[in-house]
Amino acid sequence: MLVIHFKHSAFIDYVPIYTVLQQLFLRQLCTWRIQAACSIALCAFNVQAGEVRVATAANFTAPMKLIATYFERDTGHTAKLSFGATGQLFAHISHGAPFDVLIAADESTPQQLIAIGLGVADSSFTYAIGTLVLWSANPTLINNSSQILYSGKFGKIAIASPTLAPYGLAAMQVIKQLGVTSMVTPKLVEGASIGQTFQFVASGNASLGFVALSQVRSNGVIQNGSAWMVPANLHAPIRQDAVLLTAGKDNQAAKAFLTYLRSDTAAAVIRHFGYGL
Amino acid sequence: MLAHIDQEAWQAIGLTLELATVTTVVLLILATPLAWWLSQTQSTWRAAVSALVTLPLVLPPTVLGFYLLVVLGPQGWLGMLTQSMGLGLLSFSFSGLLIGSVIFSLPFAVQPIQYAFQAMGRRPMEVASTLRATPLDAFFTVALPMAKPGLLTATVLSFAHTVGEFGVVLMIGGNIPGETRVVSTQIYGHVEAMQYTQAHWLSGVMVVFSFTVLIALALLNKRSEQAAV
Repeated sequence: MLVIHFKHSAFIDYVPIYTVLQQLFLRQLCTWRIQAACSIALCAFNVQAGEVRVATAANFTAPMKLIATYFERDTGHTAKLSFGATGQLFAHISHGAPFDVLIAADESTPQQLIAIGLGVADSSFTYAIGTLVLWSANPTLINNSSQILYSGKFGKIAIASPTLAPYGLAAMQVIKQLGVTSMVTPKLVEGASIGQTFQFVASGNASLGFVALSQVRSNGVIQNGSAWMVPANLHAPIRQDAVLLTAGKDNQAAKAFLTYLRSDTAAAVIRHFGYGL
Repeated sequence: MLAHIDQEAWQAIGLTLELATVTTVVLLILATPLAWWLSQTQSTWRAAVSALVTLPLVLPPTVLGFYLLVVLGPQGWLGMLTQSMGLGLLSFSFSGLLIGSVIFSLPFAVQPIQYAFQAMGRRPMEVASTLRATPLDAFFTVALPMAKPGLLTATVLSFAHTVGEFGVVLMIGGNIPGETRVVSTQIYGHVEAMQYTQAHWLSGVMVVFSFTVLIALALLNKRSEQAAV
């Protein structure tokens, strides 16, 4: 930049006919020079404290807020958090939404972003594994077993949409594995996300439903209603992957954030909220 | 073009049209007396009732959907009522969607009819009563025919607004094929699942439909204006 503006001012000096233009241009150059100086100073500052724009899957909202707090305290960087359904975030990112990293609720979205050049190759990793639980707001409905599904003695059963949410897909696999498809299908209702599915069950509109353990567990125990912890061997693992986006590939804070997500501090938070690792 | 729309989409389109038709019929039956009362009354309750009728116009559908979920649920008063009547819960059912749609589109039905009654003034009803028509008689033979443009607008708007309904259905529907999966929620599903081709086709159908409805409405209004002259 310096080279360019020296050349230009030299050029203008030899063309006195454009005095007005010249003055305007020189004034502009001064502004540029000040701006350049400022941005150099900022750059130097940025090495210490940058900002990372994080797009996070809605089901990971609570742990992410806590992890971001610790991240900011430990590294001095700032994390700007946005939350949404993974599919929605994908649509936003592919239309130019300004995010540096995506904390997805599945493993396919990060792969897809890498495939279309919006994610940095080899930067994706599994940061948490979701645990599925059959849950009811009614404290006596589920007796810590899958028995209720065979008995058919319930109203509606809610799952997340299998095409939209990995928890929904896992729930369908469980239903199939248990051989209760014909019993369950007529009573099935779908939430657009695992959040909405939880809402259906918590409000009692659905008698029970397959939700995420992270939604019903706090302080290490399931506080309300009744539940059956779905054995992990009944469905494919619900891997939640994170990926560095192309927009953030030179952002030190973004890289630091992804490293922090793999730290022991983050792992403790992730486990505390009912996710596996 | 229609070859691109699959079986599932046709089912959603059929259900949407069914919901919109039933909603419109229910709304016309409910909204006409309500609009008449609002246009005639001097009651102190008028402002409150009028505001209540307009409320769904300003409230986000999420508020309506959330309250419906609570009210229709096992602890809600409507849910308790339907359960005691042996109907079970209405959430995740066509009836539940119907209740939601009727509330959601209420202002679109009431307001055009109310304005038509107000524009008519008191004179025609007074003339009818001097000719010894009973108030009910006068209402059906004088007021209703005179309010025809308003009724037509209410019909078209209720129908179109129900077709375009999304938030409420998403929140109380449960996405059951053939029961609560309408076109708008189907499009949402396609977009979320990144099935952009299907989303494009269904969205295209919606745009063409809405445009046609609005053109039809404009033509109807023009015709009734000319008839009035």
